[in-house]
Amino acid sequence: MSRQHRTAASEPEPSAGKAEPDRIHLRIRRQDRPESRPYWQDFAIPYQPDHNVVSALLVLRADPVTIAGERVEPVAWERNCMEEVCGSCAMLVNGVPRPACSALVDSLAQPIALEPLPKFPVVRDLVVDRSRMDRTLAQVKAWIQIDGAWDTHAPAPRTSQAEWAANYLYSRCMSCGCCMAACPQFGPHADFVGPAPLAQVRLMNAHPTGRYDRVDRLHAIMGEGGLSDCGNAQNCVRVCPKAIPLTTAIGELGRQTTLQALRDLLG
Amino acid sequence: MTAAPGAIVIGGGLGGLWATLRIADAGFPVQLFSLFEVKRSHSVCAQGGINAVLDTKGQSDSVRQHIIDTIKGGEYLANQPPIKSMCESAPGLIRTFDRMGVTFSRTPEGLLDQRLFGGVKHKRTCFAGASTGQQLLYGVDQQVRRLESLGQVTKHEWWEFLELIKDADGICHGILAMDLRSLEVRAFRAEVVILATGGFGQIYAPNTTTSTACTGAAASRCYRQGARFANAEFFQFHPTAMIGRDKTRLMSEAARGEGGRIWVPRNPAERRAPKAIPESERFYVLEEFFPSYGNTVARDEASRAIWHVTRQLGLGVRGTDRVYLDLTHLDRHFVSTRLGAILDIYRKFAGVDPLDEPMEIFPAAHYPMGGLWVDFERDDSGGMRAESPRNHATNIPGLYACGECDYAYHGANRLGANSLLSASFSGRVAGESAVCYLKGLGADRATLSPTEVERAIQEQASLNAGLMRSEGPENPFQIHRALGELMTAKVGVVRSNPELEVALEELQTLDTRLDRIRLGDAKAWTNQSLSFARQLRDMIRLATVVTRSALARDECRGAHYKPEFERPLPEGKFPGDPEFEDYRADWQANNARWLKTTIAEQTPEGTSIRFEEVDTSLYQPTNPRDYR
Repeated sequence: MSRQHRTAASEPEPSAGKAEPDRIHLRIRRQDRPESRPYWQDFAIPYQPDHNVVSALLVLRADPVTIAGERVEPVAWERNCMEEVCGSCAMLVNGVPRPACSALVDSLAQPIALEPLPKFPVVRDLVVDRSRMDRTLAQVKAWIQIDGAWDTHAPAPRTSQAEWAANYLYSRCMSCGCCMAACPQFGPHADFVGPAPLAQVRLMNAHPTGRYDRVDRLHAIMGEGGLSDCGNAQNCVRVCPKAIPLTTAIGELGRQTTLQALRDLLG
Repeated sequence: MTAAPGAIVIGGGLGGLWATLRIADAGFPVQLFSLFEVKRSHSVCAQGGINAVLDTKGQSDSVRQHIIDTIKGGEYLANQPPIKSMCESAPGLIRTFDRMGVTFSRTPEGLLDQRLFGGVKHKRTCFAGASTGQQLLYGVDQQVRRLESLGQVTKHEWWEFLELIKDADGICHGILAMDLRSLEVRAFRAEVVILATGGFGQIYAPNTTTSTACTGAAASRCYRQGARFANAEFFQFHPTAMIGRDKTRLMSEAARGEGGRIWVPRNPAERRAPKAIPESERFYVLEEFFPSYGNTVARDEASRAIWHVTRQLGLGVRGTDRVYLDLTHLDRHFVSTRLGAILDIYRKFAGVDPLDEPMEIFPAAHYPMGGLWVDFERDDSGGMRAESPRNHATNIPGLYACGECDYAYHGANRLGANSLLSASFSGRVAGESAVCYLKGLGADRATLSPTEVERAIQEQASLNAGLMRSEGPENPFQIHRALGELMTAKVGVVRSNPELEVALEELQTLDTRLDRIRLGDAKAWTNQSLSFARQLRDMIRLATVVTRSALARDECRGAHYKPEFERPLPEGKFPGDPEFEDYRADWQANNARWLKTTIAEQTPEGTSIRFEEVDTSLYQPTNPRDYR
């Protein structure tokens, strides 16, 4: 998959001429406050072959001067692990939602356009508020009911290696929000829960004791904003940095909810 | 401010979430504070696994052996009762994680699989693919979300802990915290506070495998308010970390275990690509230094050898802090099968395939064994007494610490796959202790002077305002870089007293420079520079504690290495030989002097250092470490 060759409509006009080989040209969409208007600024930092977008932003924050020569406030953005496992640094890089830490500068066309992850409210610059994902995880009961966090002196039921392999794909979801950003059905305009929480329903419903609450979870995604709002655009599975088979999960849930609807009907 | 009779937990990694669960399970409300959504915490970075003796591999493993391995791995410096309880509790913790739905890797029978990990002889490590820490954290994260939906837990994500609220008797009753968006400073009341804020690798940045949040600022702030800091000089360096501009990323030990070779060009002026350099012009560092062990020598030995070649012999690749970790001579299929996770990380972040080109690596600050001093109560069996309010209590009444920010389990060096265990176990214990503490409180609760609290809030707010107005010549991000370089160079894998003295002076200079910064951001909204500049002050203070502690300890033990005080094993001599027995006597005399916990305390005169006895009641140090 060649992410860097795809562009989205939100990408700004490419600047005239190619960036100098001795510098990295960043074009960043900034926004001072949630309610204020966004604006673009261009920056350049000295070229180094081993930069990724996060390391470039770390260099930039120490000396934030635009190409026009204006000293501005450092760009706000999130990062933590820088190993693509915490999910913090997701943003639009040249129009594609992806973690910035694993976006190697050498693989990107310049100027590198950085924008906040769409669909979520902007907090400041590239920082967005993804708390809606958290609320949705609660709404679909993305947990296993246990009696309490103590030892019952018995392990969980066994899991075959094949089941494990299928489940593990979903348990690596780090709530980065890339799939949500890419989904045409998800956003402030809609109630759709989005692909990431749906995949967690798939995961929890497959667990031997998680199954006990599968009806609750299915009902949670059978109403408005639920599974049927998926438009099958398949963007989610293309942008997921962890290659989680989101559309497979959605397909499986489709069968589960159909059966459940039938059961509900028959009482 | 409301006076809820509950707990505050600061930090949402494994330790903090375990503490949260146990307190909420007991029916007390918990306010959970985190710099970001809790599932982004640094626990997710642990890849390898979590130790627990299940003895399911036909190897007659035993809990006693786990205890001994942990004690010896830490060179006897950790108190033994907490280690005993931790190792005994490990299988129960694993079963609990399993019930939470953690995707542990399985055997063909569907049981929990276990694998071999560094420094031990038994398959004792449970793992979940190559992302064990992430999976364990998500397990407790889901449970906390469940309790949150029931109203038992209130999350304050995007809040930063600033200061403890103490009454006139020095008892902790809550915290001041700052909303990282609005920058509002607010007081939160609780009768018990648990600090679970992780390690402090960022004092070595970017030469560290830790996340950017691992500044140690919270622990440093508690230290300034009177909490003791213990064994600060012990910091584990991982020998093979991939160099990056933002951080260094861990390349597992397995790379050496499976046949990877460490080398540098013999000619320091060498500029050819590595594969163009003939064998005769390569210096296979570990194989020449350690003929019998070669590339599989222990972590600390490997780190020091790489340090020696790069910093002292000046043989780093292209004159930098880099050596080659070479897999290209191995069978490609074999390497892909055995080391798939490492290959993926290197390809992803370096853009180079280690099957084609040698990796470039250097030792990086990985894990602090030291941290906030915490108490324990020993029971008759020699373990930690269950449900004692003393366990994991700091010396500030009402303040507990757990996870990487405490010092309790790893002594002078940590055993692989024991960090996820100690984080989980200590979080659980700290939660249970906090519950005991809450239950033991009398009916009449301390009243805090509202004017005192208001004054503290105003002080914090005016500190913020001053920083936002600052217009000095210094840049906080450059000071941070200078701090990382200084600590790496002078308080890193090899230490000497003259260098440590210099480091103390330079830290003082950095602290002074920090008084004269220009923040460059005056916006009172999501001001990341403000938060960073404040943390930087705390990092410099903590680095000073580390350096003072290192200066005070004139010996080599675990991760703390001062060549001037090295006591090498007599070559070719073994127990029974007079030379070996002389060495043993010498080693025991050294233990009598130095087998002590380093305790740092903030005094009006600065950092004071003293030493405290270690509880070695289970397993006496009679035999020196001998890996021959």
